[in-house]
Amino acid sequence: MEGKPPSTGNHGPALSLIGAVKTFGEVVALADGRVELRAGEILALIGENGAGKSTLVKILAGVHTPDSASFMVAGESVVFGSVADSKSAGISIIYQEPTLFPDLTVAENIYVGRQPKGAFGLIDRGRMRDDAAALFARLGVRIDPDRVAEGLSIADQQIIEIAKAISMHAQVLIMDEPTAALSGAEVDRLFEVVRGLRDEGAAIMFISHRFEEVFELCDRVTVMRDGRHVADHVTADVTIEELVLEMVGRDIDQLFPKQEAETGVVVLDVEGISAGSVFRDISFTVRAGEIVALAGLVGAGRTEVARAVFGIDRYEAGEIRVEGRALQSGSPQEAIDAGIAFVPEDRRKQGLVMEMSIQHNITLTLRDSLARFGLIRRPEESAAADDWAKRLQVKAGSMRHSVATLSGGNQQKVVLAKWLATNPKLLIVDEPTRGIDVGTKSEVHRLLSDLAVRGVAILMVSSELPEVLGMADRILVMREGRLTAEIDRVDATSENVMRAATTPVEVSVGA
Amino acid sequence: MSAQEISSTDIEAVLATGSRPTLMTAVKRLLTAREFPVTAALVALVLFTYANNQLFLSRQGVKDLLLNATIVILLAVGQSIVIISRNVDLSIGSILGLTAFATGTLFVNNPDIPIWAVFVIVSLFGALLGALNGLLVTVARVPALVITLGTLYVFRGFNNLWAGPTQYFADDRPDAFGDLSVDTVFGLPIITLGALLVVVIVAGFMGRTRRGRDLYAIGSDPTAALLFGVPVGRRVFLAFAVNGLLAGLAGVLYASRFNSVGATTGNGIELDVVAAAVVGGVAIFGGSGTVVGAAIGAMLLTTITSSLTTLRVDKFWQQAIVGVLILAAIAADRIVKLRAERRLQTSEAHHG
Repeated sequence: MEGKPPSTGNHGPALSLIGAVKTFGEVVALADGRVELRAGEILALIGENGAGKSTLVKILAGVHTPDSASFMVAGESVVFGSVADSKSAGISIIYQEPTLFPDLTVAENIYVGRQPKGAFGLIDRGRMRDDAAALFARLGVRIDPDRVAEGLSIADQQIIEIAKAISMHAQVLIMDEPTAALSGAEVDRLFEVVRGLRDEGAAIMFISHRFEEVFELCDRVTVMRDGRHVADHVTADVTIEELVLEMVGRDIDQLFPKQEAETGVVVLDVEGISAGSVFRDISFTVRAGEIVALAGLVGAGRTEVARAVFGIDRYEAGEIRVEGRALQSGSPQEAIDAGIAFVPEDRRKQGLVMEMSIQHNITLTLRDSLARFGLIRRPEESAAADDWAKRLQVKAGSMRHSVATLSGGNQQKVVLAKWLATNPKLLIVDEPTRGIDVGTKSEVHRLLSDLAVRGVAILMVSSELPEVLGMADRILVMREGRLTAEIDRVDATSENVMRAATTPVEVSVGA
Repeated sequence: MSAQEISSTDIEAVLATGSRPTLMTAVKRLLTAREFPVTAALVALVLFTYANNQLFLSRQGVKDLLLNATIVILLAVGQSIVIISRNVDLSIGSILGLTAFATGTLFVNNPDIPIWAVFVIVSLFGALLGALNGLLVTVARVPALVITLGTLYVFRGFNNLWAGPTQYFADDRPDAFGDLSVDTVFGLPIITLGALLVVVIVAGFMGRTRRGRDLYAIGSDPTAALLFGVPVGRRVFLAFAVNGLLAGLAGVLYASRFNSVGATTGNGIELDVVAAAVVGGVAIFGGSGTVVGAAIGAMLLTTITSSLTTLRVDKFWQQAIVGVLILAAIAADRIVKLRAERRLQTSEAHHG
């Protein structure tokens, strides 16, 4: 990083948000959000998944309106009712995956709705192209303004978003995990562009899970945890260890009803599977009665590994065996036949048929065993559904009501019931308690623990550290598509899991 | 942070990236343009037919080809505005029927009415019907396919109710009005010239005004368009209203061109029109294609009919060939998309 950031002198902050509160029903997404951006400075915003970073960004973007907050831009109090309000206040947001118009040209994507006009009020395409080319030249990148956006790399799409922000004279640039999908060279190019903007006086906020990037790029850092602002630091005066402690520094006061279970034979044996740049060389085992957590940050490749095990996605190298028998890559049917059950993260889209009744959802996986001569026997179907609903304590008015009428927690129980009814040997659960209220959360945890005691092998993908630490017998940590650590229950702490999830160096843990 | 401060090194960089189109890139653009395949097909078809029968391109032959295409061209131009915004209007056949009958009614009840007034009144009537579609689509937020399928029947129902068994014939209209479809300027029928003028105006609107480009943005990604502050509802409404206007205009020309209008005029023409737009390179899911392409597509489809008749090919084959053309257009679109995706994947794998 060349040179010191220019002193902000007597100028007030370019943007300040203090005491921001945002709730969604019962869920408090942001309890005390605070952030201050100054002109000519890059601020890092860090925090665990669920710390409230995204909610805060959405408030700045005008997507959410805070329940209460003191919000100032360029010294004036503002209230954003829409994305357009935020834009016209000079705030530009660069998302991890920009939304461009695939059919329009690059130049047009920059100037949608603001195309320069020439004779007769018609769009001056030559000038639009030249303006876009000038922007790219200034950013030091080579992108053909005349090509369509479809097929551009994510890195180029982000550069186009930045070019757009510059063309709109944005004074505040917010970048939400922009580097997550970029290669090393692309990150370098992005950083160069961002530093250039800072030196020209822009106020920039940079959200990243990668500490080395925070330290390389940012002047100051703000830490959030549990929807609250925790601390502000000048980057030069703080260490990774201090930041990690502030990010996770809480007691695990929530109770996890984890029972001791006997571990038996190896049920799942994953050996060196790779899939392009998504994940590479992943090996691990899960034994009967064992709960193994796949921890790491969003985008580390955990879900993708789980999907590969269940045969949804293909992998190129390596092998997956269930009780010694190799599975074919990309065949969910074979995975089901081998005794694997998969509860996906997005239960509304992938786990349930929302318009169908609770009963039919539960027995969806049992159609073959309940049928005789190809017809489903209704009394047996009802009995099976009732049985599972009772065992999982699904709270529903009637089994004939549609699943959509249930609360999130009860929906999750129905998904679990649906798969448990198949009597699986291995249960894969992806974010088992996302979007579920606290009370039902521990019920789901109790259920998983019960299953382990009964000898089911469980592979749990979770972004919630307390859940991982509280439930898992072993924790596998992933970072950017690779396994970076395997930590036993007794050795696991928030710090060593978080560290393995965020730092590129190999973490050695006694396991 | 202003874009005006461009140093000389910046300009050099611009030159280095070669943002100015050269002859080579111009040729390449022509060959890869979405309109190229349909134009090539049209030229090949005309030349092949002409080689077999010289009368195909006689003075009268050309005039017939153009007259047959005129009304479908107008409708296809309007339809492509709607399709580009990721919508569709299936009710245009019924709008054509209502407006053609309205034209006949106006002339019969007001024998002295100036022809230009009929054009204005009936076109506005069409715009009103289109605006009704637009209102239903943007307010009810029901897919246009369903809404316009409904209005297809509603409008046709009114047409039946209004016309009953009544039909208007060539004798019911002023001669000057019928002559519009007979007289030529530089060998081109007057109504065809009018349609070509409409193509030029709408092409300018779609390609060179912000409103037109907004429609492409909406069709390309409606959610992103909202995020960009594009007034999606107002633009889609405009697209339907303009489409209705053009269908109304087509209704007037229909009454001029054909001998009779009645309760069934324009029945089923909507599918020919959607086919013309798709064959002309307008992507059925919106976002790309041009009205010029749609017009050429309309020309191709109507020419096929004349050409196959000239070549004495069975009528059955005409429909089959139109079907194959639609499939070919969609397949070509899909292949281009797949290739772009593959390019992206390899470039990302390369980075990783």
